[in-house]
Amino acid sequence: MVLRKITMASLLFALLILPVPNMEDQGTAHAFSDQVIQHGAVGQDVIELQARLKHLGFYSKKVDGVFGWSTYWAVRNFQYEFGMEIDGLVGQQVKNKLVKASKGYEQALPKNEGSNDQSAPSEPTAVNVPGGYSQNDIKLMANAVYGEARGEPYEGQVAVAAVILNRLESATFPNSISGVIFEPLAFTAVADGQIWLTPNDKAEEAVLDAINGWDPSGNATYYFNPNTATSSWIWSRPQIKRIGKHIFCK
Amino acid sequence: MFRWITISLLTITVIGLGAFGYKEHQEKTAVLLQAENSYQRAFHELTSDVDTLHDKIGATLAMNSRKQLSPQLAEIWRITSEASSDVGQLPLTLLPFNKTEQFLYDIGDFAYNTAIRDLDDEPLTEKEVAGLEELYKQSGDIRNELRKVQNVVLKDNLRWMDVELALATKDETADNTIINGFKTVEKSMDGFQQTNMETGMSSSPEKQDFSHLGGEKISEKEAINIAKEWFGDVDDSKFTVTQSGKGADVPTVTASYNEDGKNGYMDMSRQGGYPFMIMINRDIKEAEIGLSEAASKAESYVDKLNLDNMQLVESSQYDKVGVFRFVYVKDDIRYYPNSVQVKVALDNGGLLGLEAIEYFSHPDDNVNKEPGMSETEAKEMVNPGLEIQDNHLAVIEDEGGEPTLCFEFLTTKGDETYRIFINADNGNEEKVETMRTSEQKFDA
Repeated sequence: MVLRKITMASLLFALLILPVPNMEDQGTAHAFSDQVIQHGAVGQDVIELQARLKHLGFYSKKVDGVFGWSTYWAVRNFQYEFGMEIDGLVGQQVKNKLVKASKGYEQALPKNEGSNDQSAPSEPTAVNVPGGYSQNDIKLMANAVYGEARGEPYEGQVAVAAVILNRLESATFPNSISGVIFEPLAFTAVADGQIWLTPNDKAEEAVLDAINGWDPSGNATYYFNPNTATSSWIWSRPQIKRIGKHIFCK
Repeated sequence: MFRWITISLLTITVIGLGAFGYKEHQEKTAVLLQAENSYQRAFHELTSDVDTLHDKIGATLAMNSRKQLSPQLAEIWRITSEASSDVGQLPLTLLPFNKTEQFLYDIGDFAYNTAIRDLDDEPLTEKEVAGLEELYKQSGDIRNELRKVQNVVLKDNLRWMDVELALATKDETADNTIINGFKTVEKSMDGFQQTNMETGMSSSPEKQDFSHLGGEKISEKEAINIAKEWFGDVDDSKFTVTQSGKGADVPTVTASYNEDGKNGYMDMSRQGGYPFMIMINRDIKEAEIGLSEAASKAESYVDKLNLDNMQLVESSQYDKVGVFRFVYVKDDIRYYPNSVQVKVALDNGGLLGLEAIEYFSHPDDNVNKEPGMSETEAKEMVNPGLEIQDNHLAVIEDEGGEPTLCFEFLTTKGDETYRIFINADNGNEEKVETMRTSEQKFDA
């Protein structure tokens, strides 16, 4: 009995101290990879770039690992100040100049660990979102697409997402994503609760593609499954095409 | 003894079940009632909104002073938007109610555009006044029909939940008063649509023009061969080829296949086999190449389309894919409507998607290519609080969908970046956009 207690206690103790050595590794400064960094990129390189530009005073926003417009202007200003070609691209030459100019940056890192202001995150803390849609809009749409068309081929899922977006544009439907999705009787997945299933990555990718402009439905605002369709009216709509089990129409 | 225990146990069970059942029933009724109430609210608000709308349109007809007219039209615009929102909350989706919704939208559109116009400079034309009179009549008819339905609903205690049930199940919906009422409203809209078009009050559909694409009708075999140029070596028998239906904007042929977890889909024009859209779906491994390398890959895919003068204007990384937008550039003018989008995998640089229908649906010929003012003059039209960072000449579509030559200015103010389009002929601010492309992760 006593032996067991000791074993348990030591096990617990071991569990407690195990993660500690790992934590110390994360502090190491990462350098640039050899890829050219350009507008729209996400990742470690961008964090490094933003942190260095911030150290030099060219960049004033949060270091978030996404090469957005603010980073773009910061790079251009840096290129201008250092007499380089102003193109907003971060190639080897720019990186070398930047590393040289921000020499104090590495030494400054550990000291500022406490302050949120200077310390760079180890992973990007933001993501690119297309066309002004938020991550939550995308999530909601992915839910609808998954609930409506998870058994469909990929293009069928993109087409369903595109129909939601086409309705948004249309005069005869509500003007918000939630308005379109939750319109009573508009989607069966909403009516029977399947919209609250957890969507997979494929559904989300399909939504992103639709927002980025892919519309395999051919500007459809309706679709139906001919085997289960309950309304005779839907058959009177001009049909555009069939993808998987769904017929898409105007 | 044993018998008594059994009897009492059974009694308790029966009473318990009864109580449980009653409670469940009560809860169900409460939930149904709540849903019913929200339908009722939307419906009664709709009738009252249409009522107000009718009155307000009537009042505009009697108004003479411009000072009164603009706020009144703004008010009409607000009410139409509320009425549409009410319609969106009613279970009418399976019922043909489009024309009425379109009608509300048209009034709103007209009211908005007139309200923001300087009516001292540009008073209402006779045609517009005639249009308003027509709208007054139409809204009066809709109001009466809705009032009739409302009267029956209140008199007979009709429930919207029954409408929903009737519409959702296969039941013949012929004898439902509410549905019939709405059908009458919709029917009365039939004749009006034409007049709305004539008075220029109905919104015109999006312009797409494929007439400049020539070529012969392609066969299934040809479609497969075109698809194979993009998908690589896929066996002919794996492809499914389908034709678009009557409702399509432009007749297309679709070739798709599914093999070894890879899914390919391609739309092309039936005449000439122009590639409109390509989508490839597969599992993407860890990112190996950067966005810039992927961009040059994307460029090579655009080259494959045989389009000249395409320039990369936008690139974005989403996890393990890069999406790139190219636009047609000629004589240093960017033609934004003529765009091609390419999606590239960051694991091996392979093509994941291509979208060129926008490019093919906008022939670029009918645009004035000579700006009517100098760049310096256009710069003066930009808000002086903004710092101009970069500028181009660009063709965009204005609100009416017409291609317009503009000066494009990329400007900053503090941490924000704005894109401003100044009409190159008259100096109007055509479009102002806040460039926001990224969002903070909330679950990090």
